[in-house]
Amino acid sequence: MKYFIKRLIQAVPVLFIISFIIFSLVYMAGDPVLLMLPEDAPQEDKQALREALNLDEPFHVQYMTFVGNLMQGQFGKSFTYGQEALPIVLERLPATIELAFAAIFVATIISIPFGIWSATKKDSLGDVFISGGAVLGKAMPNFWLGIMLILLFSVYLGALPVSGRGTIFHLILPAITLGTGIAAQITRLIRSNMLDILHQEYIRTARSKGLKEFLVIYKHALRNSLIPVVTIMALQTSSLIGGAIITETVFSWPGLGQLLIQAINTRDMAIVQASVFVVALLVIMMNLLADVMYRFLDPRINLK
Amino acid sequence: MPSLVNETSNVKSFTTRKRKTLFSQIFKSRTGVLGLFILTLVVLIALLAPFISPHDPAKVDITATLLPPSWVEGGSAEHLLGTDNMGRDLLSRIIYGSQISLLVGISSVVVAGLIGVLIGLVSGYYGGWIDNVLMRIVDAFLSIPNILFTLVILGIFGPSLITLILVIGATNWVNYARIVRSEVLSLKEREFVKAAKTMGVRDFFILFRHLLPNVVSSLSVVSTLSVATTIILEASLSFLGLGIKPPDVSWGGILSDGRDYLATHWWVATFPGLAITITVLGIILVGDWLRDIFDPRSNIQNDI
Repeated sequence: MKYFIKRLIQAVPVLFIISFIIFSLVYMAGDPVLLMLPEDAPQEDKQALREALNLDEPFHVQYMTFVGNLMQGQFGKSFTYGQEALPIVLERLPATIELAFAAIFVATIISIPFGIWSATKKDSLGDVFISGGAVLGKAMPNFWLGIMLILLFSVYLGALPVSGRGTIFHLILPAITLGTGIAAQITRLIRSNMLDILHQEYIRTARSKGLKEFLVIYKHALRNSLIPVVTIMALQTSSLIGGAIITETVFSWPGLGQLLIQAINTRDMAIVQASVFVVALLVIMMNLLADVMYRFLDPRINLK
Repeated sequence: MPSLVNETSNVKSFTTRKRKTLFSQIFKSRTGVLGLFILTLVVLIALLAPFISPHDPAKVDITATLLPPSWVEGGSAEHLLGTDNMGRDLLSRIIYGSQISLLVGISSVVVAGLIGVLIGLVSGYYGGWIDNVLMRIVDAFLSIPNILFTLVILGIFGPSLITLILVIGATNWVNYARIVRSEVLSLKEREFVKAAKTMGVRDFFILFRHLLPNVVSSLSVVSTLSVATTIILEASLSFLGLGIKPPDVSWGGILSDGRDYLATHWWVATFPGLAITITVLGIILVGDWLRDIFDPRSNIQNDI
């Protein structure tokens, strides 16, 4: 518990640094007024808007205002949507989380059996194929994989929808696209963890007790190999969301990634700031969770 | 959470997973040789592009748009891999695309390496509040997904080759900083560093003459694997329209063009993706090989 509080306190300066990064980037982006008003708007109007938005204040004053608003969850109005940015971002979050969970599900059902197989039948032809496939899965850019899946399943077989969100069928291709890279990584991880564990004393003991091989593998070896997997998955939240941004673009999935790309293209900085902050907060929370879970699941780790 | 990964490898190190069979050793080095072969080939293609490319990659030919590859009905030997929507020769474009991929991949890794090594050395050697501040900055960078970070910055400053390299470098240094820091933390307790200190050697020399050479081997592994990640990142950014701009040719850009013609002309989006996958595969294989040679115990993961 004490450890948890310590980590929580450490997260505060991190959030400040993030807010500083986000603010400075947008500060450097230049005058948003020119984008908000038509080009031929009178000079007085432009100046009035600048004053209303505090744009004539020095950097540090503007930053303090930014942090103050941020603490109340305000990132300013999105000029494309005409309302507060944060609710718009939060509205898109469930779609991205749905995609992420579906991808983790796909990754899990692929990687656990493959990982066990290649560890227990090490150096067999199956292991060579699985390990090779895992490297290939890491090497493939996921947006290309997505396009190839569309080509096969939507264009040639006509079996699955190309884009959008709605039914479970819409979810299949994006989930495989995003899940393959994770599956590749976890398969490698389970394999190496299992190989470690299968040489441990307690496995030998379990075997010499006459325990069935099936039980040795599933009850003793697999369970312990999954501990680091769970935490490393949580630590991968950042790259998972990164992958989701591209996957969403390929499949026109109406999540955070799609919103963000649109906002970047229209220079809607309120949305950009809110999305980056929400994502960063999400990643920090998941990392904290991973850290706590790791210590909770593995009692050998000292809580200091 | 830098501590976590180290702890995983500590748990690992006292186990006996080093007992590899002869077959797996051969398999390992075989993959290394394969990787080296692929990498050499790609480098040669990039260097010799003007001599081996059958056409000018930018030459538009409206009489020969969207020609299929030569082995497909309707294809001609003139355009081995077919042409794109503007009649440009796909093979030539892919050959020239390798230049951008390698250039961006290698130069941004150099930029990231310089920043990361410096921060890692200082952070690990001095410790205290410097370390604390730098590590919180590392945490902040870690909590923003790389692709998101680079997208936002490129969206603000506008894409160009130099910006792309600098931006990827400036957002990817974190891995180096963490690895160098953790190695320095253990190195500075060693006799030779303590001796140098007592003899009054200046910090500058301890950092660069005693500590730096000792982290080179792990750096070479991380850098190699980072080139792979960066090539995918560059392709993703170009795919999203915020990376390389025409007339420069990027594999991600060709893929993005081909996506619009996917339903009827599969080859435009397929071949650049294959080129990325093969190149990245070669680099990952070389990276894994280097890791096995330098430090078989280490558990450096490359996060894609």
